[in-house]
Amino acid sequence: MNGFRAGAKWSFWQIVATVFILGGVYSAYIRVTQGLGGATHLNDQFPWGLWIGFDILCGVGLAAGGFTLAAAVHIFNIERYKPILRPAILTAFLGYLLVILALMFDLGLPYRIWHPLVMWNPHSVMFEVGWCVTLYTTVLALEFVPVVFERFRWNKALKIMRAVLIPLVIVGVILSTLHQSSLGSLYLIVPQKLYPLWYTPLLPVMFFVSALCAGLAMTIFESWQSSKAFGKHLELPLLSSMGRVLAVFLSVYMLMRFLDLWNRSALRLLLVRRPETYLFLLEIAFFLVPMVLLFRQKILSNPLALYGCAVLVLFGFVSNRLNVSITGMEAGSGTSYFPKWTEVAVTLAIVALGFSIFRLACKHLPIFGAQPVVERVRSRAPVPAAAD
Amino acid sequence: MPKAILYDSTMCIGCRLCEKACAEHHNLPYNDDIAKEEKLSAHKLTAITTHGDRFMRRFCMNCVSPTCASVCPVAALQKSALGPVTYDSTRCIGCRYCMLACPYQVPTYQWNSRLPVVKKCDMCADRVAAGSPTACAEACPTGATKFGERDGLIAEARQRLAANPSQYYSKIYGLEEVGGTSMLLLSAVPFEDLGVKVSLPHEPMPMLTWRALSEIPSIVSVFGVLLGGVWWIRHRTEEVQAAERAEREKKS
Repeated sequence: MNGFRAGAKWSFWQIVATVFILGGVYSAYIRVTQGLGGATHLNDQFPWGLWIGFDILCGVGLAAGGFTLAAAVHIFNIERYKPILRPAILTAFLGYLLVILALMFDLGLPYRIWHPLVMWNPHSVMFEVGWCVTLYTTVLALEFVPVVFERFRWNKALKIMRAVLIPLVIVGVILSTLHQSSLGSLYLIVPQKLYPLWYTPLLPVMFFVSALCAGLAMTIFESWQSSKAFGKHLELPLLSSMGRVLAVFLSVYMLMRFLDLWNRSALRLLLVRRPETYLFLLEIAFFLVPMVLLFRQKILSNPLALYGCAVLVLFGFVSNRLNVSITGMEAGSGTSYFPKWTEVAVTLAIVALGFSIFRLACKHLPIFGAQPVVERVRSRAPVPAAAD
Repeated sequence: MPKAILYDSTMCIGCRLCEKACAEHHNLPYNDDIAKEEKLSAHKLTAITTHGDRFMRRFCMNCVSPTCASVCPVAALQKSALGPVTYDSTRCIGCRYCMLACPYQVPTYQWNSRLPVVKKCDMCADRVAAGSPTACAEACPTGATKFGERDGLIAEARQRLAANPSQYYSKIYGLEEVGGTSMLLLSAVPFEDLGVKVSLPHEPMPMLTWRALSEIPSIVSVFGVLLGGVWWIRHRTEEVQAAERAEREKKS
C-alpha cells in the first residue's frame, strides 16, 4: 500500500488500476472510431445500457454523501461529522466529474453536451438532469476549492469562499435533491417497459431516499478504506453514529418500498417465478440484512462489521439502479441485453480513475486530518468551552 | 386542421410500394434485402409486417401528445400543428431518451455512424406543409394507406366499420391510445394479433413526468426555507449558549 512513497515500486492495486485505465483508453478508441454500435451491445429496442445504468445512475447516487454531510455539518451544525466532510465532498466532486466523463462516452454527439443549457425544453426530465449536473458540479467545485486554497495558503480567496459557504451548501442540497430524484423521474415515462416490482409513481422519492442511504454507506466505506490506506486512526464513534443514522434511513426506505408494493397490489408478483422476482429479492436482501444488523450495538462497535454493512448497502443500491435501468427493462422492451466487453472496460476504467484520483488528492491536499474550513469560520463566533 | 393517415389492414396487399416511396423521399437505400427486413431501423422508417395472410404497417404514430417531444432535453422533436412530429438533427445531443420513452419503440439510431442521429418517420412533414399527401399514401395502389384530415378520416373509418361490421374488428386504433395518434389503424382481427401494442394508457404519456417536474418549484422553495431555518436556529442556539456562559463567568 506504500506504492507512492516507494517510488518505482508499484503496488498490486496500482497495477490493476493502470491496466483498467489502459483498457478504457483502448475502448475509447473503439467508441470513437466505430461508434456506439461497435463499442456497445445497445440497439433500437434497448438504447440505454451499462453506461447509463452503472456509470451515471450509480455514480450520482454514490456521490450523495457529499450533500448529506455538507447539510449535517454546515446546516444542522453537527460538529462531530466534520473530519469526514472533506473526503465526502471530494468523493462527490470526483463522482460528478466521472459521471460527465461517462456521459461523453454514452452521448451519441458528446461535443453537443452543452446544448440543453441554451436549447430549452422544461417539460423534459432530461433537461432537468442536464441542468442539475451542470449546476451541482459547479457547486461541488466551489465547495472543494477551499482545500486547494488552503494548500497554497491563498487566504484572501479562502475568506471569500467562507463568506458564501452557507448559501452555497443550501443551493447544493436543493440541487442534489432535485438531481437524485430526477434520475428516478426519468423512468416514470416507461410504465409499459419497467417491470412493476420497480415501476412506481414514487420512483423519484425512492431514488432520493436510497441515494441518502448510499451516500452514508459510501462515507463509511471510504473512511474505512482511507484509514487502511493512509494508516490513519479510524474514528470509530463517528462511524458508529453514522451507522445508526444509516439504519434509520434504511428502515424508512424499506418501509416505503413495502407500502408502495402493498398499495399497488404488487406484492403478489413475488410469487411469480421470473428472473425479476429473484433479482428483486436479492436487491431487498442487500438492504434488509445491514438494516437489521446496524441496529445492534455489537455491530456498531465493530469496525469490520460496520464496513461489511456499508458494502452490503452499496451492493443493494447498485442492484437497485441496475434493476431499474437494465434487468427490469428487458422483458418490457422485448429484447435482452448484456454489455459488450468494451462497455465493461470503460466502466472499470472510470472506477479505477476515481480511486486513483482520490488517492492522489488525499496524498497532496489537506483532505484528512487538517482543520476543516468551517472551524475557522466559526471561530468568529464564541466557541463552546466543551469543544475539543 | 391536423392531418392524419388511415391505414386499413384489410385493404393492404403487402406490395411494399409505401416502403419504397418512403425510402425514396427520405433519401434512404431500398432493395429486395431491405424489403425483407420487417422492422424499423435507421434505414427503414416504415415497414410492412406479415402475419400469416394479413399485413400491418409500422411507422411513427405521430402522436397527438408525443412522448418523444416531451422528453427531448433540447426540443429537437416537435409536434407541428399539421400533425407531423418533426426532428431537428442539428439540436440532438444523442441521449436517446426519445427511444427509451416512445411507447411504440419507433425512433431508431444510426448505431454504426461516428456522428449518429435519430431516424424516424416524420409523416413527410415537408410534403404535408406544401399541401401534398405523404409519399406512402400517394404510392399506395389500393387505398389501404389514405392521407387526409384527421377528423375526416375518423368519420370515414367509422363509416367503414358500420358498413361492414363482419369484415372488421370493431375498433379504430389511434383514437385514444396515449391521448390519440395521427396514424389510425383498422383491422379484421384484434390488433395484438398483428403485433400492435394494445393496453397502452389513454392518458397522454407526458403527464407521467410532468407531475414530477411540476413539483420542482415547491421543492426548491420548501427546502430553501427549511434549510435556512434550520441553519439559523442551530447557530442561534449556539450563540445564545455562548452569551449565557460568558455572562455566568462575568458574575462568578
